Amino acid sequence: MIALTRRDLLKGAGALVVSFGLPGVVPSALGHGQKPALLPDELDSWIAVQADGGVTVFFGKMDMGQGVDVAIAQIVADELDVAFDRVSVVMGDTAFTCNQGGASGSTAIQRGGVTLRFAAAEARRLLLARAAEKLGAPVETLTVTDGVVSANGDSQKKVGYGELIGGQHFHHKLEWNKQYGNTLLSKGQATPKKPSEYRVVGRSIPQAVITGKAFGRAQYVTDVRIPGMLHARVVRPPTAGCGPLTVDESSISGIPARVIREKEVIAVVAEHEWDAVRAARQLKVTWTPPCTPFPTTETLHDHIRQAKGIGNQTPINKGDVETALKGAHRVVEAEYEWPLQSHASMGPACAVADVRADHATVWTGSQKPHYVQTGVAKLVGLPAAKVRVTWIPGPGSYGRNDAGDAAHDAALLSKLTGKPVRMQYMRHDGTAWDPKGPAAVYRGRAGVDANGDVVAYDFSAKGFTRMDVDPREGDPRETLAGQMTGYAPKPTIIFQVPAESYDFANKRCGWECIAPLLERASPLRTAHLRDPLGAETHFASESFIDEIAHALGADPVAFRLKYVKDPRHAAVIKAAADKAGWTGTPNPNRGKGAVMRGRGFSYTERIGTVVAVVADVEVDRRTGRVWARRFTVAHDCGLIINPKGLELTIEGNIVQALSRTLFEEVRFDRDRVLSVDWATYPILEMQDAPEKIDIVLLNRPDAPATGAGEPSTRTVPAAIANAIFDATGVRLRRVPLTPERVKAALARA
Amino acid sequence: MSERIRFVVDGKPAEVEADPAMPLLYALRDNLSATAPKFGCGLAQCGACTVHVDGRATRACITPVSAVKGKRVTTLAGLGTPEKPHPLQTAWIAEQVPQCGYCTSGWMMTAAALLREKPKPTDKQIREACAGLKCRCGTHMAIMRAIKRAAGVTA
Repeated sequence: MIALTRRDLLKGAGALVVSFGLPGVVPSALGHGQKPALLPDELDSWIAVQADGGVTVFFGKMDMGQGVDVAIAQIVADELDVAFDRVSVVMGDTAFTCNQGGASGSTAIQRGGVTLRFAAAEARRLLLARAAEKLGAPVETLTVTDGVVSANGDSQKKVGYGELIGGQHFHHKLEWNKQYGNTLLSKGQATPKKPSEYRVVGRSIPQAVITGKAFGRAQYVTDVRIPGMLHARVVRPPTAGCGPLTVDESSISGIPARVIREKEVIAVVAEHEWDAVRAARQLKVTWTPPCTPFPTTETLHDHIRQAKGIGNQTPINKGDVETALKGAHRVVEAEYEWPLQSHASMGPACAVADVRADHATVWTGSQKPHYVQTGVAKLVGLPAAKVRVTWIPGPGSYGRNDAGDAAHDAALLSKLTGKPVRMQYMRHDGTAWDPKGPAAVYRGRAGVDANGDVVAYDFSAKGFTRMDVDPREGDPRETLAGQMTGYAPKPTIIFQVPAESYDFANKRCGWECIAPLLERASPLRTAHLRDPLGAETHFASESFIDEIAHALGADPVAFRLKYVKDPRHAAVIKAAADKAGWTGTPNPNRGKGAVMRGRGFSYTERIGTVVAVVADVEVDRRTGRVWARRFTVAHDCGLIINPKGLELTIEGNIVQALSRTLFEEVRFDRDRVLSVDWATYPILEMQDAPEKIDIVLLNRPDAPATGAGEPSTRTVPAAIANAIFDATGVRLRRVPLTPERVKAALARA
Repeated sequence: MSERIRFVVDGKPAEVEADPAMPLLYALRDNLSATAPKFGCGLAQCGACTVHVDGRATRACITPVSAVKGKRVTTLAGLGTPEKPHPLQTAWIAEQVPQCGYCTSGWMMTAAALLREKPKPTDKQIREACAGLKCRCGTHMAIMRAIKRAAGVTA
C-alpha cells in the first residue's frame, strides 16, 4: 500500500479538482481575518501556520520536475523546526505567491530559497516570542521540536505553533529590496541557522508528487477542464512570414467547429476536442506567397559568418592578445558550429483561459506565470490585478518553450469567443513553432610560446542572440499571439562567453550577434533553452582547450589544472578525474579497430556551480554511431539540500545534453521549418542511453547553495567530442555529432 | 457519422458516441475523463498515450476508437492502485523516476507488457522493448533502474 498524502493532493493528484472546485485553487482557510496585501514585505506573503500546526509556504518559483519544492520545504522545515511532512509548498499561483521570477536560470534554491529561509527564520522568531509570553519563560530557555515549543527543564510548559498562531496572520513586515523577479529578496531580523544545525537539509527526501505520476493521477495543465470550455487548435502559416489571405469556412462545414480569426491568428474551436483537431487539419486557408526569409540548414553557418553584426561585447580582455599572438611560437586555431535546437517538450503546450469582461483566469505550464499575468492582461485589455494565472505542471519545460505562446493564444481566443478556451498545440506546432536555442559559430585562437606555455587565448562567438523573445512573457510582443496581432517584436541583443577560470597571460573572450532571420512571428525566433547558450558556448570552448592540450602533447586534465586558478574548480576537476581513474597517458588504441574507444574531459562553471565530466565513448567505424557508454561527473553547487534529488537532476542534464549533442538539429529550407515531429527532430532513445553515470557530489556546507538545474548541461557536449577525438584521432567541430557526420569525418581522416 | 461504441476502461464498462475514426486517446481523455494517457505527438512517435488493449501495449493516439469495441482498455491509472500497486509503480516511486512525468504511460505500460512476456529481461531486451519511446527530461537511467528493480534483476 502506498499512501497518497495530502502533499500529493496539494501538488497535483487528480483529487484536487474535485476537492476545491477549480484546478490549482488553494484552500482558502489559511487564516482568519484580513490577510495583508500580497507584497514581498509581508511575512504572510511567504508563510502561513495553520490551526493544526501545518505550515504552508508560498513560493514564487516552481518546480519543473527536479523537486525544488521538496528542497524549499526542507529549508523551511529546518528554519522553523517543524517536521518535513508538515510543510506544504504552493507554487506559481499569482493569487498566492509573489513574483520571484518563476523557474529561471536554476535559481530556485540559489535565489528563491534565500527569501524563504529568511522568512521561515523570522516566523520562528515571532513564534518563540509569543511562546515566551504564553509560557512565562524567557526566549533563551525555549527549544522547538516538531513545531512544539518547550521551556527548558519543564515538560509541562509547552505549546504548539498551531496554538500560538494557527489560522491567524502574522501581520509582520520584512525588509524587501523592492525588486521583483529573480532578484527579489526579503528578510527579517532573525538570523538563519548555521549549516551545522540543519537536520532536514542534506537528506534525500523523495518527491511525493512522483507517487501521483506513477499512478497516472497527477494533474497536468493538459488535464484541466472547465465547465463550458471550448477546445481550440491553431492553424499556423505553412511558410514562415506569410499571413492569411482568405479562410474558407465552408471547408469545415461538416464538422461542429468554427473558425476564429484575429488578424494573423487563425484557430478553430469546438466543444469536442477531436472536432477541433479535425477542423484544424481540414480548414482551407490561402496565404500570402512565400517570402524565403531563411538560408537552409546547410548554409546557416555561412550565413552567420557573413551576416552583419548588430551588437557585440568583449567581457574578458586581459593583456594584449593580438601582440601575444603575433609573438607566439605557434598558434592553434579552430572553429566550431552549433545548430538551432528545439525545446521539443514531451508534449506540445497547452493552456486554459477564461477571459470575462472584468477579470480573467489562466492555467498554464509556463515557467513564468507572473509574467503571463501581465502579458495576458495587456493582450486582452484588463488590469494585471484582474488576471489570475495559475501554474499547473506542463508536458515538460526547459526554458522558454511554447507554453507562454499557448497561454496567450488561449486568452485571446477566450476573449474572442466569450467562453473558456483550452488551447492545445499539435506536435508540429510545438516542434516547428517553439522558440529555438540559438545557432552560432565559435572561433578559438591560442598562442603558445617555445616552452609550451599558452601566452594568448582568444575566443569569440558569432550567432543569434538568445533573446529574440524574452523568456518572460510579460508583454504580448514576446508571444506569437501578440506578434500575429500587431505587436512588433523587440529582441534583446545578448550572448555569452565561456565560464571557467583559466588564467592565461593574455586572454580575450567576446561575442557578436547577428539579426534575426525574420523579424516577426518567426518559427526560428530564439529564446532560452536549458542553460541558454551554455551547451553551445562550452562545446566550443572546452573542445578548444582539449585541442590546445593535444597540440602541446599535454594530458587534457593536467593541462587544465595547470591553468585553472580557482581552487574549487581544481578540486572538481581532480574529483572527476580520480573517480574515472583518469591515467593521463595517451590512448594506445586511438583509431584502431572496428569499434574505437576513448574518453574525453570537460569542465565548466555556471554562476557558482562547477562541474567536470569524463565521457567514455565507443565509435563504430562502419556505422558512425557514437555510444556515450559511461559518464563520470563531479559536481560542486555549494551546500547540498537533497543529494538524491541532485543526482537525478544531474542525470537528466547529462542525458538531455547527450541527446542535443548527438542528435538534435532544427532543419529548415528557405521558407519553412522541416523539423516538425520526432521523426524529423529525433532525440535520444533508450538504445543510446549510457550504461552508467557515476556522480561525485562535493558538498560544501559553508558555501551558498547554487543552481543545479542546468550547470551540468554545458559540460557534456565537449566531453563527448573530446572522447571521440581520443577514440578516433578525428576532431568533430559541428554539432550534432550524427553517424553521418562521424562517418564522413572518419572517411576524410 | 457517430457510432455508439462500448468497451471496458480500467475494469469499468464505458460507452462513447463518437466518430468511429476518432483516436481512442480522445475517447479516453475527452469523453471519459481518463487522463492518465497523454497527447504527445498523435503520430505514434513518442508513447505518451500508451494503454493496454486486451493486454497489448497500444498507442491510443493512432488507434481508432472503433478498433477497441468490446475490448479491455487499461490505462496507467488502471495498471495498479496505491492500495495494490503494480511492481513497476512501486519501482518508479522507489527510483524517483519522473522529471515532468508526462511520458510515464509510454514507459510503464510498455515495460509492463515486456515483463509479462519476459519476467527477467536483459539490459538489451529492455532497450529494444523501449525503442520508439521518448523522455525529454532524460530520465532514461532511472527508468532502466526501475524496470530492473521491478523485474528483480540486479544491475
